[in-house]
Amino acid sequence: MHEGGFFFQALVYLAAMVVVVPIAKKLGLGSVLGYLLAGVIIGPFVLGFIGTEGQDVMHFAEFGVVMMLFLIGLELQPAKIWKLRAPIMGMGGMQVAGTAALVLLLGVFTGLPWQSALAIGFTLALSSTAIVLQTLNEKGLLPTDGGQRAFSVLLFQDIAVIPILAVFPLLALPGLAPASAQSEAGHGGNILADLPVWGQTLVVLGVIAAIILAGRYAINPAFRLLARTRLREVFTAATLLLVIAIAVLMSAVGLSPALGTFLAGVVLAQSEYRHELETDIEPFKGLLLGLFFLSVGASIDFRLIQHSPGLITGLVFGLIVVKLLVLWITGAVFRLSTDNNLLFTFSLAQGGEFAFVLFSYATQNGVLGTDTASPLVAAVAVSMALTPLLMMLNERLLLPRFGTKQAGEREADVIEEQNPVIIAGFGRVGSIIGRFLQAHGVQATYLDIDPDNVDLLRKLGLRVYYGDASRHDLLHAAGAASARLIVIAVDDPDKGYEIAETVRRHYPQLRIIARTRGWRDSYDMLDLGVEDVYRETLDASLRMGADVLAALGHRRFALYRATHTFRKHDERYVRELAVMRKDSKSLLHGARQRIADLEILMSEEMDQLGRDKDSGWDASSLIEEYGTSRTP
Amino acid sequence: MKRILILFAHPALQKSRVNTHLIDGVIDLNGVTVHDLYERYPAHDIDVRHEQALLLEHDIIVFHHPFFWYSTPPLLKEWQDLVLEHGWAYGSAGTALRGKLFMNAISTGGRQEAYSTEGYNRFTIRQLLAPLEQTARLCGMLYLPPFVVHGTHVVTPEAVLEHTRCYRTLLTALRDERIELQHMRMLDTLKSPDILHDLLHDDNEVRHA
Repeated sequence: MHEGGFFFQALVYLAAMVVVVPIAKKLGLGSVLGYLLAGVIIGPFVLGFIGTEGQDVMHFAEFGVVMMLFLIGLELQPAKIWKLRAPIMGMGGMQVAGTAALVLLLGVFTGLPWQSALAIGFTLALSSTAIVLQTLNEKGLLPTDGGQRAFSVLLFQDIAVIPILAVFPLLALPGLAPASAQSEAGHGGNILADLPVWGQTLVVLGVIAAIILAGRYAINPAFRLLARTRLREVFTAATLLLVIAIAVLMSAVGLSPALGTFLAGVVLAQSEYRHELETDIEPFKGLLLGLFFLSVGASIDFRLIQHSPGLITGLVFGLIVVKLLVLWITGAVFRLSTDNNLLFTFSLAQGGEFAFVLFSYATQNGVLGTDTASPLVAAVAVSMALTPLLMMLNERLLLPRFGTKQAGEREADVIEEQNPVIIAGFGRVGSIIGRFLQAHGVQATYLDIDPDNVDLLRKLGLRVYYGDASRHDLLHAAGAASARLIVIAVDDPDKGYEIAETVRRHYPQLRIIARTRGWRDSYDMLDLGVEDVYRETLDASLRMGADVLAALGHRRFALYRATHTFRKHDERYVRELAVMRKDSKSLLHGARQRIADLEILMSEEMDQLGRDKDSGWDASSLIEEYGTSRTP
Repeated sequence: MKRILILFAHPALQKSRVNTHLIDGVIDLNGVTVHDLYERYPAHDIDVRHEQALLLEHDIIVFHHPFFWYSTPPLLKEWQDLVLEHGWAYGSAGTALRGKLFMNAISTGGRQEAYSTEGYNRFTIRQLLAPLEQTARLCGMLYLPPFVVHGTHVVTPEAVLEHTRCYRTLLTALRDERIELQHMRMLDTLKSPDILHDLLHDDNEVRHA
């Protein structure tokens, strides 16, 4: 039914991406589910644009996962990985062992030989790195505690594939002759098969060491040379070459390519070319990953599902329930909070792309019969497709009911102190204000909306509280009724405005010191009746301007005075323009308004700064009045 | 060789032809440190320890400034308030400056005649400088007669150059100890080049300087 041409295939895949994914995103389903749906639609069972070659495409597109792990590695400093060692080994180990054990029991119970049941258990224990990380990333949940733990477990699973592959041949059933004689491990042929075990181990360790050393010492100089050629495409080619070379190398020694590139990414995380590497790989990764999800969708065997709907439904249901159970217990044992444990559990409760490889490897080695493996492959594919839905279920139904109020976020802290000053936002601006107050022995109550920031600062011994300062109840708890000042130092102008609105409405006596970003949000604050509005860039810019002039030979004291005059005028104009803008709101809008503002400001500046205000030090009027006879 | 510290204070040097020339004329002298206070502390945030260390490194301290409202510009007044600490510059334990020489180098808009009992300003320069003289005394320093440039409003370019040469000669001579201090201290002010010539051990050197 389908046309074979490369361009026709490309047309089908790209069109499906471009049409279906934005619709899915718009409907709030997320891009991953969009890709999967698009895959189902173009697959052999609906429109039939692509047939069984979907499998080959999937193998090719798996490279997107390799690139994704490289990118994730780039974001992680080695120290951070080291910090995750407990969740990686502990939670990952517990999850894989627990799931495998439970499936083994169930398998033996239903009459499977224990060897097959164990192989199925290990295979189903693995989750889908691609789907989970992409979905978490898209939702911005990767940095949360639950997201980090999920990532750790996925990392462990990637490592676990290696021993699992090694164990499978030992589980071969006497009745099932190995389908093919050659022992093919994983994706590529293992060139080390003839070496003894210690030799293999040595080579593997050597390869890992080589990647780390190359990342440390060879890659930076090489990229520097390439960067000097100023040929953008050569740099991109070199980046791709790096990733592909590592993947090939890792496959050659029987390791997971994703793991290898992840390692390389971590080593390069401190490289000065990190951002270039990221921007070069990012589009390839996005496209390949999309392609991967599409092919997963296309490969779901609906004929099999149609043929035995009860079996497949049961398998999918069983798989998800078993994984949910083990994951939840693992999360609980490692003391995840309810919110985070829900996220952790629901994100990892599916089979992974490794299952496709492992099941075919198992049948090759005579561990599983094809009639056992096929429904399992179908069940894994369906469970992967269900993952975004499961996570949505968690978000929409479970978290609001059992978690804390803000989906996936933590509850606002209980505040134990009442200070004369409240500082909302303890980031770049708030922390400087805070330190300055502290240096004067003035205590303030700090509020911040970024949980990681709050935890970090608390570890440093600062009393920062987590919570949204635009909430009336939180402000009340922070002592807004008795405080004298509130400093709004948050980064986001909209959030700052919200806070100011709440304060104006509920605590009109509380003086507001507000940080603003530019003219527009300054106008908004002023319209709200906030008098003390500080544009965050004004003072630093003026100081830079003064230093430029000083370097050109201007007198520092004159510049010091000019800086103050300039700022005074500037602040007056913002206020005047805010009023003007209110009066003539309908006349000018947007960019035109801003240009008009600047014109007024600049013409007045020339006027004001040009005029001499140092006349006290100027003798010309004296000379004029007294002439040369009797000046004092 | 004595080391000289010029504490120079002018809030608007860009407006002062005379002081620009005077400073430019001595800035390259060995053993002479020109410390431009308004340039160093535009925000009046004086580094007291640094200033005290500078004082200790020098033997002769010169307050060089325009004579605004019969006094120093505000930054130099603030400098005195903060740097000349009790227990360091004066008081029973304050001996850090003892034995150093102190001198004013000032410019006035009014002419010499204006600074007399009959003149427009009703007091002489020395009378008006009494607070600074006493400050130096209290710190145990030896007060030298002030170097004065009068009539800066009307002074001719040639005269400015003459004053500049004179200032350079005076500082060079003080540095090289070629001035008879006893003789110098009997003078009221150092106003004209002629007076200066009498002070030097060797008149020839002056002409070459």
